[in-house]
Amino acid sequence: MQNAMLSQRLLAGVIAVFAITTASVAAMAQSSLTNQGGDQTAKEIERYRQALGDGNPAELWEARGEDLWKQKRGPKNVSLEQCDLGLGAGMVKGAYTVLPKHFEDSGKVEDLESRLVTCMVMLQGFSYIEAKKNPFGGPDNKSSMEALVAYIAGASRGLKMNVSGKQPDEKRYYELGKKMFFHRGGTHDFSCSTCHGASGQRIRLQDLPNLLKQDQAQRAYTTWPAYRVSQGETRSFQWRLYDCFRQQRFPELEFTSEASIALTMFLAKNANGGVMNAPAIKR
Amino acid sequence: MSDPMRIRAILNGDKVDVRVLMAHEMETGQRKDAAGKVVPAHFIQSVTVTCKGKTVLSAQWGPAISKNPTLSFKFSGAKVGDKVIVSWTDNKGDKRTDEAPITAPS
Repeated sequence: MQNAMLSQRLLAGVIAVFAITTASVAAMAQSSLTNQGGDQTAKEIERYRQALGDGNPAELWEARGEDLWKQKRGPKNVSLEQCDLGLGAGMVKGAYTVLPKHFEDSGKVEDLESRLVTCMVMLQGFSYIEAKKNPFGGPDNKSSMEALVAYIAGASRGLKMNVSGKQPDEKRYYELGKKMFFHRGGTHDFSCSTCHGASGQRIRLQDLPNLLKQDQAQRAYTTWPAYRVSQGETRSFQWRLYDCFRQQRFPELEFTSEASIALTMFLAKNANGGVMNAPAIKR
Repeated sequence: MSDPMRIRAILNGDKVDVRVLMAHEMETGQRKDAAGKVVPAHFIQSVTVTCKGKTVLSAQWGPAISKNPTLSFKFSGAKVGDKVIVSWTDNKGDKRTDEAPITAPS
C-alpha cells in the first residue's frame, strides 16, 4: 500500500504521456486480478492456508503455555492456576470469549494479556515492569506471554465470542475503541478504517477484512492469536494491534495500555457470536 | 534445551498415521543479523522414527526445511498401544527424543 502511494506521488511529477500509459497498465492489472485471476489466487491462498493448518506449530506454544500456567513461578512461588480470567478463579476454558472485561479486584477493564499481567503481579508477586518485560518473542528470545496467550485462547476453541460490554467502564472503552478505529493521524494520515473499513481491500496479496462487516470482523478476531509463518512465532492480539500501529506510522502502541485494550474491546465485541478458532495460522 | 515434540500416531485401518511437530530454529546459515554478521547454520540433520525396535523412517534433512517443521507419514505393522519413538540430531550435535503411544481414531 505504501508503495502504491509512493508511486502515485512520483507519477504526479512525470510527464502526462508516461502517466497515462502507466495508469492504463495499472488498470489492466487491476481488472485481471479482480476477475478470475483474483478468484484463482484467493482459492490457492486458501488451499495453502489449509495445508499449513495441518501441522500448526502454534501447538508448541500452547504446550509451553500450559506448562507455564501450571508452573510455580515468581517471588511468591505460586502457579497462575488461581488466576481469574473472567469466569472465576482457575477457569481457563471459554475465558477468551468474554474478554476484555471489567474486573472488580483491579478496578480496570482488561484483555487477556493485561489480565495475565495483573495475575502475575497479584498472585505471583512479580513487579509490573517484570511482568510486562517480554511481550513479543523473537529468535533466541521466547516470550512467556505469547505462550500463555496461545494456551488460554486455545482452550476456547469452538466456543462463541460473548463479550458483555454492559458495565459503564466497558461501554466507555468500547466507545473509545470505536473512536480510535476511525481516528486519522500520523505521517500517512491513516486510520484503522482506511484499510479495514471497506470491502475488497488488500495489501499486495493479503486480503484485508472489512472489520465493520460482522462476518469479516468475526473471522478476523476469532483467528487471533495465530502462528505467523513468515516470522516463525505465535503472535497475540496485542501484537496484531502493535504492528498495525507501526504500519500506520502511529506512535508505538504500549503493551497492555488503555488504548490497546479499548481497541480490542471494540473489535472483540463486534465479533460476538463468532466461533473461536485460535491459535490459527497466517502466512 | 529444545521444547518437546508433539507426536500424534493414529491407527487407521492397518496403517498408522504419524504426525510430528518439532520445535527447532532451522537456521539456514544464509541470513545475516542486524550487525551484518552471518547467523550460523543450525538445523536438524537426521530424523529417525522407530516402533517396536524397528526403524520405520530415517531421514536426512538440510537447511531447506522450515522452522518448527512438521513431519507426516504412514507405516503399517503396528497396533494401538505400541510406542512411536522419534529422535532428531542437529548439526551442532543437539539431540532430542520423544515418544507417543499409537491411539485408535477418535
